[in-house]
Amino acid sequence: MTTTRTGTLGRTPYYVLTGGLAIIFLFPLLWSLAASVSPQASTGQVNGFGLGNYTTLFNYGAGLAQFLLNSAYVALFTVAITLAVSTLGGYAFARFRFPGRDALFLLTLSILMVPYATLLIPLYVLLNGLGLQNSLIGLSLVLAMFQLPFATYMMRISFEAVPRELEESALVDGCGTFSVLWRILLPSVRPGLITVGLFAFLAAWSDFFAPLILLTDSAKQTLPLAVANLRQQTMGAIDYGATEAGVVVMAVPCLILFLLLQRYYVRGFMSGAVKG
Amino acid sequence: MTPATPDHRAAPAAWWRLTWWRYRQLMGVAYAAPTVFFVAVFFITPLLLVARMSLSSWPLLTGNGGLNFPKNYLSIWKNALFGPAVVFTIEYTLIVTVLLIGLGLGLALLVQERGRWVDMLRTVILLPVSLGLAAASLLFWGFYSPSIGPINPILEQLGLIHDPISFLGTSLSALLSTSFLIVWKYTGLYMLILLVGLQAIPDDLFEAAALDGASRIQVFRHITLPLLRPSLALALILCVTGSLLAFDQFYILTKGAPDNSTVTVVQLIYREAFQKQNLGTSAAISIMVLVALLVLNTVQFRYLRSSEPGLKR
Repeated sequence: MTTTRTGTLGRTPYYVLTGGLAIIFLFPLLWSLAASVSPQASTGQVNGFGLGNYTTLFNYGAGLAQFLLNSAYVALFTVAITLAVSTLGGYAFARFRFPGRDALFLLTLSILMVPYATLLIPLYVLLNGLGLQNSLIGLSLVLAMFQLPFATYMMRISFEAVPRELEESALVDGCGTFSVLWRILLPSVRPGLITVGLFAFLAAWSDFFAPLILLTDSAKQTLPLAVANLRQQTMGAIDYGATEAGVVVMAVPCLILFLLLQRYYVRGFMSGAVKG
Repeated sequence: MTPATPDHRAAPAAWWRLTWWRYRQLMGVAYAAPTVFFVAVFFITPLLLVARMSLSSWPLLTGNGGLNFPKNYLSIWKNALFGPAVVFTIEYTLIVTVLLIGLGLGLALLVQERGRWVDMLRTVILLPVSLGLAAASLLFWGFYSPSIGPINPILEQLGLIHDPISFLGTSLSALLSTSFLIVWKYTGLYMLILLVGLQAIPDDLFEAAALDGASRIQVFRHITLPLLRPSLALALILCVTGSLLAFDQFYILTKGAPDNSTVTVVQLIYREAFQKQNLGTSAAISIMVLVALLVLNTVQFRYLRSSEPGLKR
């Protein structure tokens, strides 16, 4: 009896501490959801609870639908490019020997070492030269480049973890290297593909600095940029309600994806941590 | 015509093997080609371009106006905002790094064991990591605001304060409020990195230490900390680099206010380029940041690799 009592007493501070932590981490998220539907003077939701702030967001500028579409377009395009380039590149680095292989791999990783701003200022000029100024495709290409170090590294170690015997018999049977990749290797590296895709999506969906610099047309803005601009353009009183509604719209896909794919998320960081 | 040699039958095989090897090499190059393209066009070219811009007069609207070295670099020293921005960025980096690594390590130790409660706690701490930094900054922009922020009403209800706290009003409160946002958003990431490092330490080391009667503090100092070094190094480099390049959070929360006291170096690069419309000086600051970062990361790497594990605390 005494042991159970001291046992529970001994655990109580632990539960108080961890419970308090859970509240601190959850509170801002729950608050933003509440604030987006709560009544507040000089917002789209003055009396009672409701979706007035979301209506404001829907009608702002080119409209929420347009910004969502822009963000989705950029995110999906970035994911597609990142997956294609890093899968082919990872396959090349893991399974082939060719001149300059190690130098190219190091060069790809070194993208991480260069500050974002250092590359974006010249990229602004460069994309103008390529006729990709102010375009969602140009933005996606740039975002995919920033994903390459992690993605290429991830796909390389994923391919290296697949036993060679799996593809050797197929090669002996006269299968081409591409059909080996497509039919035999891709199913085996699915966790790597999901991790790379998830990270590329989250990064592209949420990025702020690259769209801020590369997009000038307000109808082409992605969601984070549009919501950040929304608060400045409201004359007089600042519309906090619509801002928090925008935060909720941005956060929901990230949180859902994270909860669904949590184990891949953890795996992604594991491979990074092992490397260090 | 050709005289028959003993190699007669081996030659085609060797030839075949050579072409096969050649073929593999060629295929390797082909599969790496998209990576080469991306690295060349979107990484190497901009790097060369930014170097050239930093040596040239390059107004935003009219483009390249020819070499003017060393004017852009000299103008950095005349920029009244540069010194304060460097100092502020370093202050911010120190605060955030100490908090993130310290809290990350503490939380990693706290959520080490498995169990339903711990798994849930881990998930909750990781939730803000999946959020974008801009979204999190906008969230806290409302959270800290005098009109809808929840903290002041709660504290007033509890009778703890009489006048509302101004979270972004002074340079110190803005620095601390922004640091809290970053800690809230990123602690989970550093917890995860250090947790993976903790789980890579073999259990028998802890068992052996327990058999030898080592105290918890001794185990932490002489086993956990030295063996956690690679993960700590990764966390430190990520954290220092990320904080030195801070932009989104200050751009959204403070815009440099009050009185330009919260302008970071990257904000300065942005202002030079798009407000003063001078890509030349902007590029010059970028190059300086790049060099500083390379030096710093090399030093961090050397130090963390070379120092004897277990001797330093």
